[in-house]
Amino acid sequence: MADFEVVIGLEVHAQLKTESKLFCSCSTRFGSEPNENVCEVCSGMPGALPTLNAKAVEFAAKMGLAMNCNVSLGSIFERKNYFYPDSPNGYQISQLDNAICQNGYIEIPVGESTKRVGITRIQLENDAGKSIHSQAENLSYVDFNRTGVPLIEIVSDPDMRSAEQAVSYLKTLHSILLYLDICDGNMEEGSFRCDANVSLRPRGQEEFGTRVELKNMNSFRNVQRGIEYEIARQEDLILDGEEVVQETRLYNAEKNITASMRGKEEAHDYRYFPDPDLIPIKLTEEQVAGWKSELPELPLEKRARFESEFGLPEYDANLLTQDRAIAEYFEAAVGCFNNPKKLSNFMMGQFMRELNERSIAVADVALAPEHFAELVRIVEEGMISTKIGNDVLPELMEKGGSAEAFVKEKGMVQISDSSELESVVDEVIAENPSEAEAYRGGKHKLQSFFVGQVMRKTRGKANPALVNELLQKKL
Amino acid sequence: MSFLYDKSLSEIRSLLLAKELTVTEVVEACLKRIEETEPSVQALISVQAEEALEQARAMDEAGPNESKPLWGIPLTVKDLLCTKGTKTTCGSKILENFEPFYDAFAVAKLKEAGAVIIGKANMDEFAMGSSTENSAYKATKNPWDLNKVPGGSSGGSAACVTASQAFGSLGTDTGGSIRQPASLCGCVGLKPTYGLVSRRGMVAYGSSLDQIGPMTRSVEDNARLLQVIAGHDEKDSTSVDAPAADYLAALNRTDLKGLNVGLPKEFWAEGLDGEVESACRAAVAKLEELGAELVEVELPHSSYAIATYYIIAMAEASSNLARFDGVRYGYRSDEAENLLDIYVKSRSKGFGDEVQRRIMLGTYVLSSGYYDAYYKKAAQVRRLIREDYLKALEQCDVLVGPASPVTAWNVGELTSDPLKMYLMDIYTISLNLAGLPGLSLPVGLGADSNMPVGLQLLGKEFDEATLYSVASLLEEKTEQLGTPAGL
Repeated sequence: MADFEVVIGLEVHAQLKTESKLFCSCSTRFGSEPNENVCEVCSGMPGALPTLNAKAVEFAAKMGLAMNCNVSLGSIFERKNYFYPDSPNGYQISQLDNAICQNGYIEIPVGESTKRVGITRIQLENDAGKSIHSQAENLSYVDFNRTGVPLIEIVSDPDMRSAEQAVSYLKTLHSILLYLDICDGNMEEGSFRCDANVSLRPRGQEEFGTRVELKNMNSFRNVQRGIEYEIARQEDLILDGEEVVQETRLYNAEKNITASMRGKEEAHDYRYFPDPDLIPIKLTEEQVAGWKSELPELPLEKRARFESEFGLPEYDANLLTQDRAIAEYFEAAVGCFNNPKKLSNFMMGQFMRELNERSIAVADVALAPEHFAELVRIVEEGMISTKIGNDVLPELMEKGGSAEAFVKEKGMVQISDSSELESVVDEVIAENPSEAEAYRGGKHKLQSFFVGQVMRKTRGKANPALVNELLQKKL
Repeated sequence: MSFLYDKSLSEIRSLLLAKELTVTEVVEACLKRIEETEPSVQALISVQAEEALEQARAMDEAGPNESKPLWGIPLTVKDLLCTKGTKTTCGSKILENFEPFYDAFAVAKLKEAGAVIIGKANMDEFAMGSSTENSAYKATKNPWDLNKVPGGSSGGSAACVTASQAFGSLGTDTGGSIRQPASLCGCVGLKPTYGLVSRRGMVAYGSSLDQIGPMTRSVEDNARLLQVIAGHDEKDSTSVDAPAADYLAALNRTDLKGLNVGLPKEFWAEGLDGEVESACRAAVAKLEELGAELVEVELPHSSYAIATYYIIAMAEASSNLARFDGVRYGYRSDEAENLLDIYVKSRSKGFGDEVQRRIMLGTYVLSSGYYDAYYKKAAQVRRLIREDYLKALEQCDVLVGPASPVTAWNVGELTSDPLKMYLMDIYTISLNLAGLPGLSLPVGLGADSNMPVGLQLLGKEFDEATLYSVASLLEEKTEQLGTPAGL
């Protein structure tokens, strides 16, 4: 890639987590029976009129504020006209030049540093329905449950220069949406979707090359692979002296290729014009300022603070701040036991492993942050070993309650009483005379054998440091 | 002697409340009148006789309810308004068997007020036309002369009211579709200020221009209907959130002293038929006699109104009518082999010529590369036209002019000349662009044609009350046309 520079811009569609649809009061619930959440408005019946969902406006504006955009005090809706069975009005209600949020930017992590990516605009629009094709019956069905669900389309400037940067941008966006709690971020169910515009230009050239729009990449991995494939494809074309054609291509994850969906000639003329059924979205400076003050601390800020305030390594801070709930849980725990690094170790280790294994969220964890902190504290204080701490954490996460009471009740408290341990050590030495002999003869590796025997007799509760000390003394 | 069906809405209301008439008797009288006149007038696409009689019997049993302002009054509504469980065709084949599952806001208001909906009025397909000849079902005739058109697109409503088939009807007006047929048939038609009456459940033609309004035989009847259908609807974003005025109270004015009446010179110029001009001038003279001050005003951008209107209305229509795609409801061609076929064949056969013409023109003006030259420019001119009106209405309380340049023309006379047909809306169209209210009042018969002439009164935003007060006084001073002879 020495000779070419990659130029990538992304269009991300995020479904907003509102209770009702963008222009009617139907539920946005996922997984209902087909056409259960449908009324005259979202099924495009004659005479039906849209009325705007104020919550969706708030969510879109907050996303804009989180991305340093200007929030328009009088943005307008436009109709994007095209025929398709899952678009019952024959047009989508969307926004164009005068969108609700414009001219923003975000910082994305790139290697050790960060990079600024410009945001062209964030537009509010309604989702389409779903076509279901039955080969057996040779029929197509349409489900309008998703029709009218609010979306924001976040259009970036063409600022990314590699597939890695595109994925980093996407992940940053994704975590901001989750931090704001305005989108569930589920890529497989389609509540977070991404199209990429990819082009190459000779290094040093200012003018953009011909771009290709990539669709159908429904995971971060597929975004990475789809873009990489497309970069290689375009590079081959150019090196072979062929032209890159402006077109829309679909990524095929199974084959890991992109294939043409429609060319420039087949591109729709959407005939945008202001929707006469809707009045401009009027916002006041006060409203916008109010929303801005409600914004939570965002992932990148939180990460920096975790590093500076808690002295955590970048790796820890990054991992702990990707999910807002995890970050908040962690911070609450630090409030109860001020040893961030130890807490972080447990959190990134057994705690997150358990979340992944059981596919649950922090909200499903019964263990309160203070009791999690308590567990880490009693490990630190030597009441239990790190191993026992890790062993009991899953059950505590499921049942909750005081960690100290739990390990005491189960008799898991570490034996740190030297007289009690001394007798065990004596016993072990007496039972293994030949090993004791060998040790004394210089085979010091056998120390761990003796430690293991002591642990077995105490069912893991012996304080390892004390055991070592006693063994050395007695042998 | 006056027949039952000839009485005014207000008279019938008094008789019903006094139990001198039953709702059943009133409904039966209208149904009988429909039976007699419909074969020649052809004003209605469907008649809900059974349902109406059933409702009437139930109302009679329950007894009069004075709190309901239209209790027991038989009305019709243009077939562009959704009626729950009752076919709503929009005069189009594409909606031949379409039954909405909800009532239009205005229809629901009528029903709440106790009205009995007895029929759905004929219209130009999707309200596109000026003669009610563009209906897929029938061409409505003018009750004053069955060889002439009733105007349009609410020609069915105008003819039905004029022929005394019902005591009022709701029409819709996008470029004159209430006022022009009211003028040609000799009834009272009001297009309210944009936003006064909810458009919900009115099948959209040009959404930024469309308004529902009452068509009746008298000004008072008209005010009674508007009082019921006006008001805020939170489910129509363009509906204004303000209480409606008291329109009946506006009818108590006794003279027009202190009232400034503007005569836009563009409305009294070349192209206006002599007999229409003289009938209207005579009416203006009466306004002066009543104490009004006459002022000549200018609407300098009037000459762009027709072009502006047809760009905006057709652009909006091309998008509004996209939902009639044969997928979910309405006509679907059984010859369709694939998705594109469903669209092309269903729409080519389901829509009539005029509708297809307007969809094509509208699609064209919104197309990439043409948008700025047509749609955007039209939107700018539209603002200038509105400013003209607002400026004129700074000096005047109302403006007056003819509602139509001519009286009713012969059936078939203009059907092959769409452009000439479009010009018939010349006096009504600019008001929709400006969003202001207008009322057409019958002021006599043309000296040559012996056909009704309507005077148009144009008012300030949400000042329908003043229009009613002026129209009501002028109505008193004008010899009533009565029921067309021979029907």
